[in-house]
Amino acid sequence: MPLTHAYINEQLTAHLSEKLIAWEESYGMASATVQADHNLKTLTFLHDEPSLGFQFMTDITAVHYPDRKGEELAVVYHLHNLVENIRLRIKVFVPVASPNVYTATGLFSGANWMERETFDFYGVNFIGHPDLRRVLNVDEMDYFPLRKEYPLEDQTRIDKDDEMFGR
Amino acid sequence: MARPVRFNLITKDTSDRGINQVDLPQGHMGEGFFATSLDKVVGLARKNSIWPLPFATSCCGIEFMATMGSHYDLARFGSERVGFSPRQCDLLMVMGTIAKKMGPVVRQVYLQMAEPRWVMAVGACASSGGIFDTYSVLQGIDQVIPVDVYVPGCPPRPEAIIDGVLKIQDLVQDESLRRRNDDHYKALLEGYGIQ
Repeated sequence: MPLTHAYINEQLTAHLSEKLIAWEESYGMASATVQADHNLKTLTFLHDEPSLGFQFMTDITAVHYPDRKGEELAVVYHLHNLVENIRLRIKVFVPVASPNVYTATGLFSGANWMERETFDFYGVNFIGHPDLRRVLNVDEMDYFPLRKEYPLEDQTRIDKDDEMFGR
Repeated sequence: MARPVRFNLITKDTSDRGINQVDLPQGHMGEGFFATSLDKVVGLARKNSIWPLPFATSCCGIEFMATMGSHYDLARFGSERVGFSPRQCDLLMVMGTIAKKMGPVVRQVYLQMAEPRWVMAVGACASSGGIFDTYSVLQGIDQVIPVDVYVPGCPPRPEAIIDGVLKIQDLVQDESLRRRNDDHYKALLEGYGIQ
C-alpha cells in the first residue's frame, strides 16, 4: 500500500494528539506544525516508525514572521521518504526572544551544518548541538542577517564607496 | 646540402614581420654601446615581464580566461607566465566578488607577494562591491589592501582588462628601484596596518 498523506496525518495525530497543532496540504506537499518542544520526538517517530520511514533530512531552515507575537521564528524541517518518494515538512514556532529547539544531530548527522547555518542566519539555538557556531558568515558578525529586523538599505553606512559608482 | 625543412622559410630578419620592439629608454648611444640609468633598464625589464597572479572568484575570472586565450592574448604584453604562487608574482589581479569572509584571504595572498608588487581590481565587485550592496560582501578590496588600477565593468571586456594591464605597465615602468623604502609608500601600507 503506498504511503498517503492521510495515513501520515493519522499516525502523527495518534502519536502526538494535541501536540500536533496544524496540518496542511498545499501544492501536493504535506506540512505539519508541532509543538516546539516535541520537534525531536516527532522527527524520531517519523524516522523510526517502519510504515513512515522518513529517513532523509533534506533541509533545515527558519522563517522570521515579525507579526506573530510570541512565536516569531518558524524552524522548518524538510523530510523525505526515499522509498515511497514522499516529502513532508515539519514546522515548529518559537519566540524570537528565546529561540530554543532541540537539535536533530543525534538522529541525522547531516543536520549538523544545516543547524549551524540556521543559527548563523536566524539565531536559532539548537540545544545539544555539538558545535553551534557560524558556518557561512564571518565569525565577528554580531547579528543574524536574515531576521526581518533591518531596513532594506541603510543610507548612513560608511563601508560603501559612493564615489566609485556615483550613487 | 641544405636541411630539407620545408617550413623554415622565414628569415631571421624581423623588420618586415610587423613585430614591435619596446622603445629605447633615454640614454646615450654610439657605435657599439648604449648608456642609460639603471632604474630605466630595470623599469623596462619589470614592465615587460609582469607575472600576474589571478585571484578569480566569479564572472570577471571568465573574462580573464578569454584575455589569456589566443584571441586577446595577454602574452603579447609580456605577461605570458601566469603564476599561482604569490611568492613569484608581481601583479595581483583580483577578479570577482570578494565576500567579507574572503577578505583576510586576499590580504594574506597580498602579504605573501614579494616587493615590488602591484594590485589590479578587475570589475565592479572587486572595485566597490558592485551590485552586492549587502552585509556579506566586502565593498571593494581597497578596504583591505591598496589597489593600483581599477578596471570598471560588470564584467569588463578583455580589452578593458588589457587596458588595465597597460596602465599597470605604465606604473611599473616609472617605479623607483626600491619603492619599499619610500616614505609615501610606507605610509600607505601603514594605513592598511601592513608593516
